[in-house]
Amino acid sequence: MTRLPDTDLAVAAAGLVKTFGEHRAVDQVDLEVRRGEVFGVLGPNGAGKTTTLKMLATLLPMDGGEARIFGVDVRREPHMIRQLVGVTGQYASVDENLTGFENLWLFGRLQGLSSARSRATASDLLERFGLTEARDKQIKAFSGGMRRRLDLAASLISQPPLIFLDEPTTGLDPRTRGQMWDTIRELIRGGSTVLLTTQYLDEADQLAGRIAVIDRGRKVAEGTPDELKTSVGSSTLQLRMSEAADTADAASVVRRVLGEEPVLTPEAGGMNAALADANRAADVLIALRQSGLSIASATVQKPTLDEVFMAITGHAAEDETDPQMEVAR
Amino acid sequence: MSTTLLPDHETAEVLDRTIVARPSLRDTIDQSLAMAWRALKKMRRNPEQWFDVTLQPLLFTAMFAYIFGGAISGSVEDYLPIVITGILAQTALTACMATGIQLREDMDKGVFDRFKSLPIARIAPLVGPALADLIRYGTAATLTILTGVLMGYRPGGGVPGVLAGWVLTVVAGWSLAWIFTYFGTRARSAQAVQGISMMVMFPLTFLSNAFVPAETLPSWLEAFVNVNPVSLVISALRDLMNEGAVTANVGWALLGCGIVVAIFLPLAVRSYKKKV
Ligand SMILES: Nc1ncnc2c1ncn2[C@@H]1O[C@H](COP(=O)(O)OP(=O)(O)O)[C@@H](O)[C@H]1O
Ligand SMILES: [Mg+2]
Repeated sequence: MTRLPDTDLAVAAAGLVKTFGEHRAVDQVDLEVRRGEVFGVLGPNGAGKTTTLKMLATLLPMDGGEARIFGVDVRREPHMIRQLVGVTGQYASVDENLTGFENLWLFGRLQGLSSARSRATASDLLERFGLTEARDKQIKAFSGGMRRRLDLAASLISQPPLIFLDEPTTGLDPRTRGQMWDTIRELIRGGSTVLLTTQYLDEADQLAGRIAVIDRGRKVAEGTPDELKTSVGSSTLQLRMSEAADTADAASVVRRVLGEEPVLTPEAGGMNAALADANRAADVLIALRQSGLSIASATVQKPTLDEVFMAITGHAAEDETDPQMEVAR
Repeated sequence: MSTTLLPDHETAEVLDRTIVARPSLRDTIDQSLAMAWRALKKMRRNPEQWFDVTLQPLLFTAMFAYIFGGAISGSVEDYLPIVITGILAQTALTACMATGIQLREDMDKGVFDRFKSLPIARIAPLVGPALADLIRYGTAATLTILTGVLMGYRPGGGVPGVLAGWVLTVVAGWSLAWIFTYFGTRARSAQAVQGISMMVMFPLTFLSNAFVPAETLPSWLEAFVNVNPVSLVISALRDLMNEGAVTANVGWALLGCGIVVAIFLPLAVRSYKKKV
């Protein structure tokens, strides 16, 4: 009996490559997703997120590199991989002609559940995903958010140990997006391993424990959301004075302590100053007290992921929208 | 976690679940039946899918009988045994052409992305609709025969002969559908399938003995007509329904159908797999 090396990795991919004609959509991407974690792949539209997931899910052949899922070779054992991974695609992949219940029942039957078991699981999932009223409606009548939720439910029928979520909220309005996040969080609490992609920085921040940033097919950074923020360096000190008239004096104190010009924010009645080290904030506060200047508020803020993305790739993340989803909305 | 692979790589243990390297025959059958169920639901909810197997046989039977009847056989009654069997084969062929077009349309839909990502036999999404379409072929055959009988067709083979002819029509429809299923998996769009299918269907039906006796044709054409699988089926239908005789023609027809399936079914599955 051959024994695969024991592994704690749900996904181990090295040097993934996919080319479409001349275009390298995925270029030497390595990914390691540990069991039980939520791993986010963050990148703008066209970065290669969907293509990467499709290769890992056996939906696209790999042009280079290798990948294992729970130790099983993706290239050599596609049928096994399909038993381990539940895929929720970027565009809902459910049957328009069937009702919500029929869809789930069919996917259960296709995966070897008995008719009764399939029926029970379908009902459970509809309830869990708040789709009970839509049980006997054809998908044609579903809203975008309902489709996404049903799609997610459909990939859970066989309780796969690994779940792929491809841009689960792209194109959803903010309220539906919040609902989807709640649904995903609940899934995560259940202990599933999740690999999710997103173009939204706050989404990765909210859901993922670790993030890989990809841009134009290449991985450009990786780490926890905090590590990524810290790696960009400076936090920001936001100050507001009790007396607006003190602002100019306070600015000169800040300049003296930090050696850098603060940015005045008159609308907020204060200023922002970049900090190389968050501890320098204390020096500023002490100097202000010694000068007899009274502050209304002082906060130290880490950079947002937007700023991180900007710093790493040199361009903003959310400058492109997905035209297809715009229409679908 | 212990992940073990048997030497033949047939099964593995991953996280307390046993996974298999390929679907068993039993799984394949269950999955095909589930896909057939889906196709039936779809048919029930899209009534326009029935036009080609309901209206068309009615219209064609009446039209061909009245237009060509006098010219070819002297009278409509004498022409009916020829034209009914011809139209049976023709409607089966049109119905199975729709099988390919619909498969192509279906494959462009989002749900096929899910089918591809599920651990199911790659043949199931093709066999499922093919099974469901048996109902369409059966409907077309029934309606054609009934129209004929209403117009005065009195088959010499009696009830057993007609039943045998009905079965042969359905079998032929199912077999020839694999040609169009193959086109469905290859072509870029449903329209392309339609175009290719028309180009295949017209010579197959009109360069056959469907509406005129082969002997009346120029000899080079007669040669093609005689090996055309549609002619084989029609000759067999005539022997069964009009004579009540199980002749060598029936054997040739079944053999022809078998050869078509043996060639095009594997081609279709292979080309579908490649698209995945
Ligand atoms: N089937 C395809 N044929 C040609 N180019 C493709 C195909 N799929 C994706 N691409 C290209 O590959 C790049 C990455 O696409 P994708 O993985 O969908 O990006 P993302 O999911 O990050 O938005 C894009 O430039 C896209 O145009
Ligand atoms: Mg994408």
